[in-house]
Amino acid sequence: MYEGPVQDLVEELGRLPGVGPKSAQRLAFHLLTVDSADAERLAASILAVKERVRFCVRCCNVSEFDECRVCRDPRRDPRVLCVVEEPRDVVALERTGEFRGRYHVLGGAISPIDGVGPDDLNIKPLLARLADEDVAEVVLATNPNVEGEATASYLGRLLKTLGVRVSRIASGLPVGGDLEYADEVTLGRAFAGRREV
Amino acid sequence: MALYREQGIVLRTYKLGETDRILSLLTPGRGKVRAVAKGVRRPGSRFGGRLEPYSHVDLQLYEGRNLDIVAQAELITSFTAVREDFALSACAAVMVEAADRVAQEQERSTRLVLLVLDGLRALARHPEYPGVVLDAYLLRLASLAGYHPDLEACAGCGVPGRHRVFSIAAGGILCRACAPTGSRPLDAGVVALLAALAGRDWDALAVAAAEPRLRRAASALVNSFLTYHLGQPLRAWQLVPR
Repeated sequence: MYEGPVQDLVEELGRLPGVGPKSAQRLAFHLLTVDSADAERLAASILAVKERVRFCVRCCNVSEFDECRVCRDPRRDPRVLCVVEEPRDVVALERTGEFRGRYHVLGGAISPIDGVGPDDLNIKPLLARLADEDVAEVVLATNPNVEGEATASYLGRLLKTLGVRVSRIASGLPVGGDLEYADEVTLGRAFAGRREV
Repeated sequence: MALYREQGIVLRTYKLGETDRILSLLTPGRGKVRAVAKGVRRPGSRFGGRLEPYSHVDLQLYEGRNLDIVAQAELITSFTAVREDFALSACAAVMVEAADRVAQEQERSTRLVLLVLDGLRALARHPEYPGVVLDAYLLRLASLAGYHPDLEACAGCGVPGRHRVFSIAAGGILCRACAPTGSRPLDAGVVALLAALAGRDWDALAVAAAEPRLRRAASALVNSFLTYHLGQPLRAWQLVPR
């Protein structure tokens, strides 16, 4: 084992997801060789993320201020709300440049097998938003897997009783893919969701 | 590495690394099999949506040292309808969780596979009370695992009859002589419903379970019975809408 601070660093790095003991050693020795300025910048950004980042009071996305950048932007359409599982999904959707409305981050998905139920997600803040804001459509953009589908089904049923239009993002063939290699479920969905040209 | 072919039901999946998943599969020939599906979380993966939980698939696998590796997967039944409905999905989650507890690695499990498929098929028909289908499945699973609940005769002395004291520890109903003093008899309707759940055809279950009060009582008993005999409560059970 290494001496004092080096060993501490190896152990701390080894607690990060996906970093094993060998990778932790490699990272620690890399950090030993970099400039003090680089190391300080890394340490400062870790501290800053813990001190300054909180959850947006409106959409529950990660944010530096009380409200996140999307919620503060007056050019965004407040009448369309896109419900996603994680803050990372907001970034993925923003990269498409297709959506001009606002978001709501659930903070996960309903997973009965892991004991995660509706009460563990940001569903109450969503209902409060729908009561306070003038929302015409909610787009359910949860993942197309078991957990995401269960969440979309639960929310769909719940929100329809409030008289708001509820839609689900389409799923189908990936662009650049081959039809013959598509699986039956995906191809079936692509077919069911076909559109007129 | 040896290649082998098996049909299987995907019980659970766990994320592995950036794009892979570990699958817990229930197969007729080898019981529970844990296998890695490489790249399955990438959009455009060759497995696509075939290896989602509850899918019944025909697989070709490589034998690995710890985990096997999925080489090819063909879909037999996807049970998409079950996945897309919250209530059905919650019931299916309990079904696969219970099967996962009971199944053993390297142990033939043909009857268990058939039972899980029966349960999933019954759910896919959009039953009026999905919770009832789940309770029926759990009682049948208990029988298969060696904890058959006695519902037509006393679990203590074997005297036939629909006795009304139910003992989870004794494994069924008890006659007056065998019942511990002070035990509270159940409603005769609950005992009849439990017997129907354990034995009747899947499609005929809704008729037997029309009364909500009986349904709730029977369901609570089934859950306690399973929790006692499996040694741990089923986590997904709490989220099943009743």
